[in-house]
Amino acid sequence: MTKVNPDFIKKVTTSEEFNATACINCGVCTAVCPMDVELLPRKLFRYALLGLEDKVLENTNVIYQCLLCKMCEENCTADVHIAENVRFLRSYISKEVFKL
Amino acid sequence: MPLPIGDVIGLMVDNLNKRKTVFPIPHKRATEWAKGLNIPEGGKTVIYTGSMYQLLPYMIAAVKNMELVEDSFLGKFVFMGRFFNRMFNVSAFVSMPKKADVKRYRQIVHNIAKLLKKAGVEFGYLYKKELYAGTLAYDLGVDDAFSLQAKRVYDLLKENGVSTVITVDPHTTNIMRSVYPTIIDGYDIEVKSYLEVLAASDDFQPIHSVEKEITVHDSCVYARHEGVIDEPRQLLERAGYTIKEPKDNKALTHCCGGPIESIFPKMSHTIGTNRVQQLKDVTNGGAVATMCPICMASLKKASGGALEIEDISSFLVKAFCD
Repeated sequence: MTKVNPDFIKKVTTSEEFNATACINCGVCTAVCPMDVELLPRKLFRYALLGLEDKVLENTNVIYQCLLCKMCEENCTADVHIAENVRFLRSYISKEVFKL
Repeated sequence: MPLPIGDVIGLMVDNLNKRKTVFPIPHKRATEWAKGLNIPEGGKTVIYTGSMYQLLPYMIAAVKNMELVEDSFLGKFVFMGRFFNRMFNVSAFVSMPKKADVKRYRQIVHNIAKLLKKAGVEFGYLYKKELYAGTLAYDLGVDDAFSLQAKRVYDLLKENGVSTVITVDPHTTNIMRSVYPTIIDGYDIEVKSYLEVLAASDDFQPIHSVEKEITVHDSCVYARHEGVIDEPRQLLERAGYTIKEPKDNKALTHCCGGPIESIFPKMSHTIGTNRVQQLKDVTNGGAVATMCPICMASLKKASGGALEIEDISSFLVKAFCD
């Protein structure tokens, strides 16, 4: 079970770096991703926008598996800054979990 | 079991905070590429290596050891490595590079500087003062350590009166040109890749004829982050090479897998193998040109010697230099 964390929603939606709210859920990003990981990046961002912090954190490995190659961004019709969004989640984990 | 991400990143960040690089190597190794080139120290325009090419032989050796630890019980002890690394440079023990790799990557930077000289570009070098640009810390989202390093690099450039830097790899180009301005107020350093500088010089013409088919592997960072797509092709064509394009090319290039190698070595190898197959499909007796040290290392490893893969500068130097 997981629980929505309103503070996490606030951090995500008020961040200047995280702009996944523009996502239209077309799924092209996942289709072209060379990693072939279902969660990357659309579902992952959906978890973040919904405030499902637990789901985001239990997928820490996937967040660091992103190559930041921007193949998804090149094909995104909604101008989502996908690599920067992944970096935002890494930054969050670095501070909140790894204490770096 | 994958490598413990927090400890691996922590180790690199500790190095960056304490030793000003994610992977400490001797100064001699970082600067010896410049031997015999008579490059003046400092100047308004400098070549900026960020030690990316020089670091690669050490990273190749470290990753080989990390592959042994990945999926083994030894992964649980990485935290101990991090603990001791705070007192002395543990990285030096886990990354004894092959001499051939040190020579290969040193020669690439040497060749790039030779090409710039041949094009009549006047530039200096900061030698021992030069700092790592902080790429890995940025990519891994360790923002505090990255910001500190960015500030160190900017201060270094300003203290030495540098106004233009010529970069030699895509990652340092991207960080210094597109990322630093977003975190440093008033950032005013002009940043150009050596490929852009050479391509813009009409006087830069080949002196030897070369006949070979070259398959171009675009770096994701050059092609998608920095828009450096035409310049490497213009230079190879000017040199006389015939260009071959893999299925995924230019702005839709396929990643080499290298960016995740420090944490997921096996997964990185799979991505590299997929890309090598695309390169093999169009390379028939010719060679593959890369323009990033990470791409070159990843693809060479994934090809297992089945393809001739070299940095683009190695091909250019044959046509443009004595």
